[in-house]
Amino acid sequence: MVDPTPTDAPVIELRGAGKTYRSGSIEFEALKGIDLAIHEGEYVAIMGPSGSGKSTIMNVLGCLDTLTRGEYRLGGTDVNDLDEVDLAAIRNRQIGFVFQGFNLLSSLPAWRNVELPLIYGGVPRNERKERAEQALVRVGLGDRFENRPGELSGGQQQRVAVARALVGEPTMILADEPTGNLDSVSTQDVLALFDELHARGRTIVLITHELEVARRAARIVWVRDGEILRDELNEDVAA
Amino acid sequence: MNWLESFRTSWSAVYSHALRSTLTVLGILIGIAAVILTVGLGLGTQKDVSAQISSLGSNLLIVAPGSSTDTSGVRGGFGSSSTLTRADADALASSVNAPDISGVAAEKTTSLSLEANDTNWTTSVTGTTASWLDVRARTLSTGEFISAEDDETSAAVIVLGSETADELFGTQRVVGQSVVISDKPFQVIGVLDTAGSDSSDNLDDLAIVPFSTAASVLVGGTESAAVSTIYLQAASDGQLSAAYQEAETLLLNLHSITDSTAADFSISSQDALVSTATAVYETLTILLTGVAGLSLLVGGIGVMNIMLVSVSERTREIGLRKALGAPPGAIRRQFLIEAAILGLSGGLLGAILGVTAALLLPGVIGSSIVVSPAAVALSIGVAIVIGVSFGVYPATRAARLAPIDALRSE
Ligand SMILES: Nc1ncnc2c1ncn2[C@@H]1O[C@H](COP(=O)(O)OP(=O)(O)OP(=O)(O)O)[C@@H](O)[C@H]1O
Ligand SMILES: [Mg+2]
Repeated sequence: MVDPTPTDAPVIELRGAGKTYRSGSIEFEALKGIDLAIHEGEYVAIMGPSGSGKSTIMNVLGCLDTLTRGEYRLGGTDVNDLDEVDLAAIRNRQIGFVFQGFNLLSSLPAWRNVELPLIYGGVPRNERKERAEQALVRVGLGDRFENRPGELSGGQQQRVAVARALVGEPTMILADEPTGNLDSVSTQDVLALFDELHARGRTIVLITHELEVARRAARIVWVRDGEILRDELNEDVAA
Repeated sequence: MNWLESFRTSWSAVYSHALRSTLTVLGILIGIAAVILTVGLGLGTQKDVSAQISSLGSNLLIVAPGSSTDTSGVRGGFGSSSTLTRADADALASSVNAPDISGVAAEKTTSLSLEANDTNWTTSVTGTTASWLDVRARTLSTGEFISAEDDETSAAVIVLGSETADELFGTQRVVGQSVVISDKPFQVIGVLDTAGSDSSDNLDDLAIVPFSTAASVLVGGTESAAVSTIYLQAASDGQLSAAYQEAETLLLNLHSITDSTAADFSISSQDALVSTATAVYETLTILLTGVAGLSLLVGGIGVMNIMLVSVSERTREIGLRKALGAPPGAIRRQFLIEAAILGLSGGLLGAILGVTAALLLPGVIGSSIVVSPAAVALSIGVAIVIGVSFGVYPATRAARLAPIDALRSE
């Protein structure tokens, strides 16, 4: 277990975390009791083959799904003790999601998609539009405010999703394959953005199966069959 | 997220599914318009009927002959023999015997053929006295009515209803003309104003002659003193029941009947007619409103259906909104407002349609429709309540969805 700042308590802490999916009589153990601690400001990549449980981990970390065993502490609090309203507030203020499928609302123009977290955060209307547009400019979509997702390329949609994750200034970004649909240039752009956020003290958990992408992170966690295989500092970055 | 934000979100959802929303709104709209129209039609008909009945004259009691018991104890049917006579009417007219009765008009009516020039017209000929005009609340358009003197002298004079005059003389001047009934010439002295028709009679197709003339010249025989109806006018609204009592007591005395259940006449009041008719139309209105209400219920189920479709179609959207920080309350509110918007639009548009139809239809169907603002406000309220209450279940379902299940759904 790697712990770059041993004095702090971790923001994210999984202890013996297990997740068993049940569909009818069939059970599938997607997480087999993993331990993982991530400190504030860390940049962690989670790597592993398809079906290894990466998205499952992200859903648990993002308070979208619950563990069937073990515990998850977020900022020192056991999320099991929180109700739906608290969890909604945490997702809104502390976490910025980039989903594996972009999960944009096809009926809304780009800036309205980006604005969504701000609506639930109670940000006033005029400020929302401004911030949504700034976020879009940051991901290089300064000329695409009014386009609906259907009028954007896959990479552009991915960037709208990234803008939506940034806009609320969350302390933690959880990104599931954020570069999966991007060409190498766009990939570099998005990764540069994550670097910048990291530099500004954000905690970033990035899921990928591309080693090249994972290499941007300071720490790489290897997952396989619902277990953590290896958890290592990335020599390139850590050095 | 405040209400205004919820409203914006809901509105854009309604707006972006314009066709679907319109069809849902249509269900509510038709229901509301139907309720407004049926209630309006019911109230309008009630109004028409009571207006018609009131047009008979005010504070009126109607005495009809009937139910005489002969020596063998067999009861005759109502009206089968004339148990009322002119003497009864004269007694009722006495202010000593019946102080609460201010006017009495005995009628003796037969159907007879009237001839003028080459025209023939059969109508009901009524023999009555001078007070008829007041008691029946009628007026003359031209000429004069029969007088007490005409009655005393059995004068051969006649007053015609407006339609009767029209049939016999067309556009000619009527007063001064001669009409032949049963080979006897009568001089037309006046024409009545139009009064429309009540439930049984055409009030404009009739002829009036002095009572004594009808008794002797037109009917004759043993029936000559018989009266077909006596109309009594109470001095005021409040004296109606006193007048009723006096008339009953007096007539029982005159007919030497001790048991009022064996009376050979019947007295009915105009109020009774009004309330009977009103009750009938009220029942009808309630029935029709029930049917219209059912269509409103169907509209409400339509809202629920669409909201459920909307929820399941937008499960991913709900999941996403939750993932981005929407608390369950905000999701519930979004769908409730959406349902309320559908209900309210249906209610408003339905009210507009209903009121417009209520203004236009009477000209076509010839009966009045009363639109009460209270009914309109109520139906709009009902529409919103329907929208919201049928929206509660879908909205709650949406709010309860687990974020991850919602996100994963296709
Ligand atoms: N709702 C579910 N019900 C049953 N099994 C599930 C469910 N969600 C995921 N799984 C299973 O759990 C395992 C881990 O899934 P997960 O989505 O975490 O994989 P992943 O590592 O993200 O894969 P990928 O790289 O393809 O996205 C898979 O074998 C998957 O089939
Ligand atoms: Mg995945």
